[in-house]
Amino acid sequence: MASFLEVIDVRKYFPGVKANDGVNLDVRAGEVHAILGENGAGKSTLMKLISGLYQPDGGEIRLEGRRVQFDSPRDAIRAGIGMVHQHFMLIPALSVADNIVLGDEPGGIRYDRREAVRRVRALSEKYRLSVDPEARVARLSVGLQQRVEILKVLYRRARLLILDEPTAVLTPQEAEELFEVVRHLKAQGIPILFISHKLDEVRAIADRVTVMRAGRTVDTLPTADASPQELANLMVGREVVLRVEKPEQRAGDVVLSVENLSVSDADRRPRVRGVSLAVRAGEILGIAGVDGNGQTELVDAIAGLIPVSGGRITFLGEDVTALPPGERTHRGIAYVPQDRQRDGLVLDFTLVENTMLRDVAHPPFSRRGLLQHRAARAHTEKLLEAFDVRPRDPDRKAGDLSGGNQQKVILAREVSREPSLLIAVQPTRGLDVGAIEGIHRQLLRLRQAGKAILLVSLELDEILSLSDRIAVMHHGQVVDIVPGDTATREQIGLLMTGTRSSESEVAQPSNR
Amino acid sequence: MSVLTNPQLWASTLAMTVPLALPAIGGTFSERAGVVNIAMEGIMLIGAFFGVAFSYWTGSPWLGLVLGVLMGGLLAAIFAWAAIRLAADQVVLGMAVNIFASGLTAFLLNTLFGYGGTPPETPSLPFVSLPGLGPVFAHQSVLLYVMLAIVVISHWFLFHTRLGLRIRAVGENPLAADTAGLNVWRLRYIGVIVGGMLSALGGVYLSIGILNSFDVDMTNGRGFIALAAMIFGKWTPVGSFLASLLFGFATALGVALQGQGVSPDLLSMIPYVLTILALAGLVGRSTPPAADGIPYTPIR
Repeated sequence: MASFLEVIDVRKYFPGVKANDGVNLDVRAGEVHAILGENGAGKSTLMKLISGLYQPDGGEIRLEGRRVQFDSPRDAIRAGIGMVHQHFMLIPALSVADNIVLGDEPGGIRYDRREAVRRVRALSEKYRLSVDPEARVARLSVGLQQRVEILKVLYRRARLLILDEPTAVLTPQEAEELFEVVRHLKAQGIPILFISHKLDEVRAIADRVTVMRAGRTVDTLPTADASPQELANLMVGREVVLRVEKPEQRAGDVVLSVENLSVSDADRRPRVRGVSLAVRAGEILGIAGVDGNGQTELVDAIAGLIPVSGGRITFLGEDVTALPPGERTHRGIAYVPQDRQRDGLVLDFTLVENTMLRDVAHPPFSRRGLLQHRAARAHTEKLLEAFDVRPRDPDRKAGDLSGGNQQKVILAREVSREPSLLIAVQPTRGLDVGAIEGIHRQLLRLRQAGKAILLVSLELDEILSLSDRIAVMHHGQVVDIVPGDTATREQIGLLMTGTRSSESEVAQPSNR
Repeated sequence: MSVLTNPQLWASTLAMTVPLALPAIGGTFSERAGVVNIAMEGIMLIGAFFGVAFSYWTGSPWLGLVLGVLMGGLLAAIFAWAAIRLAADQVVLGMAVNIFASGLTAFLLNTLFGYGGTPPETPSLPFVSLPGLGPVFAHQSVLLYVMLAIVVISHWFLFHTRLGLRIRAVGENPLAADTAGLNVWRLRYIGVIVGGMLSALGGVYLSIGILNSFDVDMTNGRGFIALAAMIFGKWTPVGSFLASLLFGFATALGVALQGQGVSPDLLSMIPYVLTILALAGLVGRSTPPAADGIPYTPIR
């Protein structure tokens, strides 16, 4: 097959960083080509070079055999490069049709809105991307907004579609719909460049995959021939343990017990309905479930972030149901929130400031109301060392760190307080394989140290490889709690739909 | 009640609305493009001064109007350059323009015309009476009708033309507009300069529309009431006009009630009270364009 897009030995340097340092890529007509690499491997820089946002410092880009140079996104769009950015480039206040035609609107001086709606409707039918052209973008779900983005580039007659980490913001169902769209577009002959750091989705959707590491392209291979282990090793540059070894461990005393807990949201809709569970010292209790089935509300209630509408939370033998979150923290509940950038860190603060946030009112970080900078700094340095945070610079702002290192900082802060219970919500969300391995090791180390761990995750593999027991939630209730060592994906998947395995056998006949 | 049925009240309401609605719509253009503009007061002063000055020098109030508006546009262009190209803080910049314009016009007035002020023989723009519409539309400045036309044209321009859509896009999300192939900076210049010209037209109205003279700081805070009208009018030309009409009515009522025991100071608070209520979401939530006031620097 002929090459559609070729990138030959492209380089892009920023002060102090070789973002792209010898990148080679060859996208053939009619294929789905994935670019796999860890965060910071240079994928986004490469995409910006191809879409005209950056200009290369060396090397060349060829489109259908001819050398091209894009001085702006406009040039790239004109040449048929359609970029769907990871962070959507949409205007929420405008309608779907307005967003799609913007920059190439029908009409003369007057904007022919009716024609715009007509064209968008035709386009969405042609590519089976159904969306209401007259809806306001602000009202659309993330999945639908992504469709608008895709329609936007198709409207500009894109001949190559670039999807930059398209599933990062999607639910699993939305991701599956996206894959359908990608397959359909491929069938229409549009080559697709698919950027990702997730092994499984690359294997699910791509024909060939190019792996990037540290600003270079390492290898290009057909996905059919590539094993996940091989890809992971290429990505990270060393042997990666996809499933960390879990040593035998006997659980100790009950640390946390929740009895008949109910939680309602701001609109008084019940989100957690009568959940009971217990977590013991030295065990990881995984909570599985499809997103939005009450997992977040459950752990937020345990941490004291939202009020309960019924039931009891007992921590180390004492009723903590009515205690404020600060007091619970003080007694030994640590919390790693789902959104590390919003709830976990103050991005504009340094690592020193971030690591002392929880205890800023107590010695050794403050005395008589004055901050003790030296003590805080020493503490931070120790944590950065112990958790291998890079760069190991306590004066860096938290926002400068990569996602994996940010997560390490949060984990370090929470763990350094010697908690009895650690609640971790999606601790590896958005991290690359190398970083995931690191976080998993830390969680298991805490388990060995006799901490009780409550792990909420949407990644079934994560739950299965780490948990001693797995509680599956559906519609605000715990459907079942099963032992982790014998659990299978199929079993958990079934429970996630709300069907209890023993029940289904008994219940089915009586339904007829 | 007799006050309300007096056509004089309504005629002066309209007359008071013009110098609010024009800068309010001007501000709408600027802020829709994403540049916060609190410099309407200063730009109006420039328009007012040069309107009179050129009207006197050329002997034609129409040339005075055109040149006054162009001078306003020029000041707006300088403001735009600093706000867009240099990414300066737009609020600080706007305040600087106001202080600069106040000082400059006072200085030029004294230097060019002496302490006697602008010459009394300066020609002013004509008044027009629309027959058959009663005393309310009798003897109104021609600029009242120009303003009404501008309301309609501005609405059409912002919401029904391709350029209007693009200007609004740039004020909402300049990065998205840039990746869609729009020239963000140029569109913002257009918004700010057109807005400045409309503000200056409001100033021209004050100096040679209803009078034929310029006085130091004669805008008397109207640029700020216009800012309030723009916000209260939810950043739309028609809304700005209706808010200006309400504020114009409050001013006219204050004048009419003078000597009847009602303090005009109380009535002159109305625009500001309504604006605070609008911003607090009590009188219909007012949300500015998403990228209003945020300078845009292309990444490349």
